[in-house]
Amino acid sequence: MYVSKLVEDLPPSGIRAFFDLVLGMKDVISLGVGEPDFVTPWNIREKSIYSLEQGYTSYTSNKGLAELRKDIVKFLGWRYGLTYDWDRQMLITVGVSEALDLAVRAILNPGEKVLVHEPCFVAYAPLVRLAGGEPLTVVTTAEDGFKVTPEKLDKAWKKGTKALILNYPCNPTGTSYTRSELLAIAKVAKKRDFLIISDEVYDELTYDFEHTPFATLPGMKERVIYMNGFSKAYAMTGFRLGWVAGPEDVIAAMTKIHQYTIMCAPIASQMAACEAIRHGAREVQTMKREYNRRRNFIVESLNELGFRCHVPQGAFYAFPQVTDRLRGQSSLDFAKDLLEKEKVALVPGNAFGATCSDHVRISYASGYDNLKEAVARIRHYLASRPA
Amino acid sequence: MDEILEILSNDARISPEEIAKMTKKPVAAVKQAIRKYEADGTIVQYKAILNPEMIDSACAHPPVRALIEVSIVPQKDVGFDRIAERIYSFDEVKSCHLVSGSYDLLLVVEGQNIQTVAEFVSSKLSSMENVRQTTTHFLLKKYKEDGRIFKQAVRQKRLNITY
Repeated sequence: MYVSKLVEDLPPSGIRAFFDLVLGMKDVISLGVGEPDFVTPWNIREKSIYSLEQGYTSYTSNKGLAELRKDIVKFLGWRYGLTYDWDRQMLITVGVSEALDLAVRAILNPGEKVLVHEPCFVAYAPLVRLAGGEPLTVVTTAEDGFKVTPEKLDKAWKKGTKALILNYPCNPTGTSYTRSELLAIAKVAKKRDFLIISDEVYDELTYDFEHTPFATLPGMKERVIYMNGFSKAYAMTGFRLGWVAGPEDVIAAMTKIHQYTIMCAPIASQMAACEAIRHGAREVQTMKREYNRRRNFIVESLNELGFRCHVPQGAFYAFPQVTDRLRGQSSLDFAKDLLEKEKVALVPGNAFGATCSDHVRISYASGYDNLKEAVARIRHYLASRPA
Repeated sequence: MDEILEILSNDARISPEEIAKMTKKPVAAVKQAIRKYEADGTIVQYKAILNPEMIDSACAHPPVRALIEVSIVPQKDVGFDRIAERIYSFDEVKSCHLVSGSYDLLLVVEGQNIQTVAEFVSSKLSSMENVRQTTTHFLLKKYKEDGRIFKQAVRQKRLNITY
């Protein structure tokens, strides 16, 4: 065996086999996808094509194109009233995924701890482990709308905690936070002296209130490693482009790792991102209105079917509790059965943490006709189950 | 624009019940709003957008369309409106705009073939009092109309399941 102990000990993804099953199947209505169903707006694709034609095929500076970093900083000022130094406090990364990896590697000494909420995106805890740290789970529940609260943080906190990874709006729950809820979390961060690694990649898809970036809270900018990207808001997942803003020393440390591992994000993607941030605002609003309607439709339909579904405030996921309605059938069995009998794909909750096995994640980043058909098939599935 | 109108202008087949679900409004309120829009002329009609090439390929003699630029002499008090009305009232005229620039009205005219359109221009349009000049452009191919592209749209190629 040549594989390191650290990697070998990483928990395997329990539902890899299920994923393979779905990927091998044809003519499936998929509610299992974590990316927009819109094609990247044409002006953004066209800019990327044009940059290739013009011969932009080289490396960029490690930190990313100056033009793009300046544009993002300008955008943050206009959108949220935030100020960052474009050269010392901003780094362009290969998606938010890379930014997360860099962040934990830049701040953790061996054995230090990071608070991670559950359910959450699958990569958080493994990335902490790969960086030599120890993830501390903050379990959130449907009863609280899957929110991280000061009480839960206090309970999970241990000596040696360096940071909290917070994702809002959240994949897979759609949960987001109002300003006052965030202020309560910030208070704990100050008292316990830890950083916030804030993954706000779904920020533009917040439906019921204004999104508040964590870095805008009083006294928090120096404590927040603020990351976002172009994947969700501009439907640019395949371009693999994200950014991170934060305290100068942390960004410098992250840049050091980035320059040894990645060098720089692909230039064609960076050029496309320049176009997105300058001229993408209208398209974003159109997509957001469409997602909001789909959200309302899917949440009400799921509740009508007898599942318990809280109202997600953002992103494009619903995360209903299904096992009560299914009288004991596990969510993984339900997902397999539904795939086999009705050809509808969704993601069983245990993908997002051991405590989520009563739930499934339903992505409404799918056309309205698809959603309607999927709901009809789930209804048919429930009706044809033996009593 | 009211969200109900936004939804219907994208897909007029969506029912009031479905719109109610999407917008979190009571069904009765949605129905009432639609009735109001229909009554006050905000919603003019519901129709399917057809791909002319698909229809034309099944048709032995597809209709012909032309863009026609019309220069006219405006009339006292009523400007262009009266003469425009005389023109757009013809069934052959499918659309009619008053435009800025080197001519005044821009029409889309449809006929069974080139001869019928030419006949319409010479006998009805050019001969009309106050019409100074016309220029006819026959349309060869339609790529996009009202925001719809007629070629099969580019579809996103996603995997069926991702985190």
